[in-house]
Amino acid sequence: MASVNKRSNSQIKKTYEWFDRRLGLAKPLTEAAQHPTPERSASWWYVFGSAATVLLILQVVTGILLALVYSPSAGEAWGSLQFLNHDVTLGWVLRAIHGWGSDFMIAIVLMHMVQVFMFGAYKFPRELTWIIGVFLLLLTLGMAFTGQVMRFDQDAYWGLGIGASILSRVPWIGGSLVHLLLGGPIIGGQTLTRFFALHVFIIPGTLLLLVGLHVWMVLRLGINEWPMPGRIVSKATYEREYHELTEKNGIPFVPDAAWKDGVFAAAILLAVIACALFFGPFGPTGQPDPTIIQTAPKPDFAFLWIYAVLAYLPPDLETPFIFIAPIIIIGGMLLLPLVAGEGEKHWKRRPVAVLMVSVIAVTLAIFTHLGTYTPWSPIMEAWSAEPIPTAYLQHRSPLERQGAIVLQNKQCRDCHALGGVGGMRGPALDSIATRMTEDQIIRQVLQGGGNMPAYGKALSPAETRALVAFLMTLREKNLAPAVDASRSLAHSGAMHVPVATTR
Amino acid sequence: MTPPHEPSAPTQPTTPLTHANTAAREALHSRRAFLFKLSLYLNGVVGAVLAVPLVGYVLGPAFKKTSSYNSWVSLGPISDFPEGQTRLADFRNPVTTVSDGETGKVACWVRRIEGEKFQVFAINCAHLGCPVRWFEQSRLFLCPCHGGAYYEDGSRASGPPERGLFEYQYKIVGSQLMIEAGAMPTLANEACAKKPRPLVNIESQQPAAPTQQANDAERSSAWPA
Repeated sequence: MASVNKRSNSQIKKTYEWFDRRLGLAKPLTEAAQHPTPERSASWWYVFGSAATVLLILQVVTGILLALVYSPSAGEAWGSLQFLNHDVTLGWVLRAIHGWGSDFMIAIVLMHMVQVFMFGAYKFPRELTWIIGVFLLLLTLGMAFTGQVMRFDQDAYWGLGIGASILSRVPWIGGSLVHLLLGGPIIGGQTLTRFFALHVFIIPGTLLLLVGLHVWMVLRLGINEWPMPGRIVSKATYEREYHELTEKNGIPFVPDAAWKDGVFAAAILLAVIACALFFGPFGPTGQPDPTIIQTAPKPDFAFLWIYAVLAYLPPDLETPFIFIAPIIIIGGMLLLPLVAGEGEKHWKRRPVAVLMVSVIAVTLAIFTHLGTYTPWSPIMEAWSAEPIPTAYLQHRSPLERQGAIVLQNKQCRDCHALGGVGGMRGPALDSIATRMTEDQIIRQVLQGGGNMPAYGKALSPAETRALVAFLMTLREKNLAPAVDASRSLAHSGAMHVPVATTR
Repeated sequence: MTPPHEPSAPTQPTTPLTHANTAAREALHSRRAFLFKLSLYLNGVVGAVLAVPLVGYVLGPAFKKTSSYNSWVSLGPISDFPEGQTRLADFRNPVTTVSDGETGKVACWVRRIEGEKFQVFAINCAHLGCPVRWFEQSRLFLCPCHGGAYYEDGSRASGPPERGLFEYQYKIVGSQLMIEAGAMPTLANEACAKKPRPLVNIESQQPAAPTQQANDAERSSAWPA
């Protein structure tokens, strides 16, 4: 038995040698895997990059498998996704893993970026690694956007419309850019095939190439050492210092440091699978029929913050902002290592860096949160779906109740909430009479102003009178109604005038 | 084990190099280096020639004039549109391909003011192209995306749009309501314009023959309803 084992072992060894004599990869690969790593860098903080790479591989594999069934044709894509969801064995699981893998990949890439930033890893000599990383982030977001188009449902269709409308704002060449994006005059067959080519060939190809470069540079320049307050990066001395760190106290990356990467990557993969199984695939939502307009298109999670920003920009600032802000943001990220390539790495000595990350994170979180419930959008069905709270109708005169009907029929609820239900585009009306006087309400309703359209043409005088009568009853907790200060002055003046005239 | 053709270390030159030998090799090297450079230039030229169709193919749609996509399409008999009302209509885009499927359909809002006076609005919000919805009771178009609102004549009421709804050119042929359409309405040529004009990117190339069209082109403010 032992001899058989020995013989098969030697057979395996011979085969291995036959290949390696021709490939010559064993030595460089072993050296790369065992490259010395600063001991403290074998940390749980240093696992995000490898996890992102593992997720990329997951996306490539699941993406190829989905392409076995998916039909990149505007007339068939939506149907082929329904087929994947309901008819292809485990098709829904594959779609779910690919969709959730995409969300996880964006999250992990962002975490990786924040970690690298906070640990000063972008400083000399790793500037170019960071710059390539910025492009990897953009390509990852590009994959997410084009992937959303692959879903080719209502959200994808109108999302393309939003993309085209943004491009149309480019001065002079806007129209040409729109046609280039859409591949023709309208969102249609050529649009989907173009985005398909981007999603499965162009962006992933570039992504894999740049990931290769990125990893190559990590191997070549070494994993960032654990930053220490007061250990200053200087171009003159850094390489010698790093060399000492790795030569004296270094540990081989495989296996001493890599086991943490392995455990984390496995945990993330499990999390993707768990989300996929529990929550299922994303969509597709309604079919991409542009004549079905009962839809409220919304981008995927990663782009909700942009959707929110676009809602809040003042109209005249929007076009300049859309084109200047990305240049500043991306330019800033690219220039960061060139401007701050030396100095302190530890976050305790870099208050501006900590502040920046906090502000950006909070800003993105707030805008994303707003994007989840879109307070700026009218709720199109509120006027016909949500009744006026009963309490607001009790002990009211017939005129006031008629006013409640006017409020409902004229779709005021689409933008104004009552009893916590309705649109949030305008202020809630529950205590409107404590904030505005009758005159002010009449003026606002008839002439509009701020974000409110004028209803002068949509309301008859009788309707206006009833509506305002009802609105005047809306005083929460029976607070005193708003008082027009000028009127009481005029009133007090009127008290004096007659005295003057009688004299 | 090792077959004769196994790769092995290069053998040392057996004959010692002489001066003449070196000079000859130098000349040969210089010639080969020149030929290599020449091959690079050659490929550069071939690449440039090849780039013409490749780039032309990719950029093709960008060079096509928007107006070249446009043609007159029918929205049906005008009797479909009662006076004083605004109704949803749809049509098949005049330019479609086999793979367009239902995305080749386009919706629009038709407002019949009175008689043969119409306004035909694009479905796309002037802000970011989402489909606006008409609300008869409040006489407003509302956009579900960012809350843009327009009055019944298409003019901007509130919200992020910087102008009113895009408006198609129309004419009445026999009893049919025709509009000139073909490309997705966007701000395209409007971004730098000081004064919003009705749907510039669906503008007619030929001089507006019927007087009605001339009226339409001028109309940037509301009709007296």
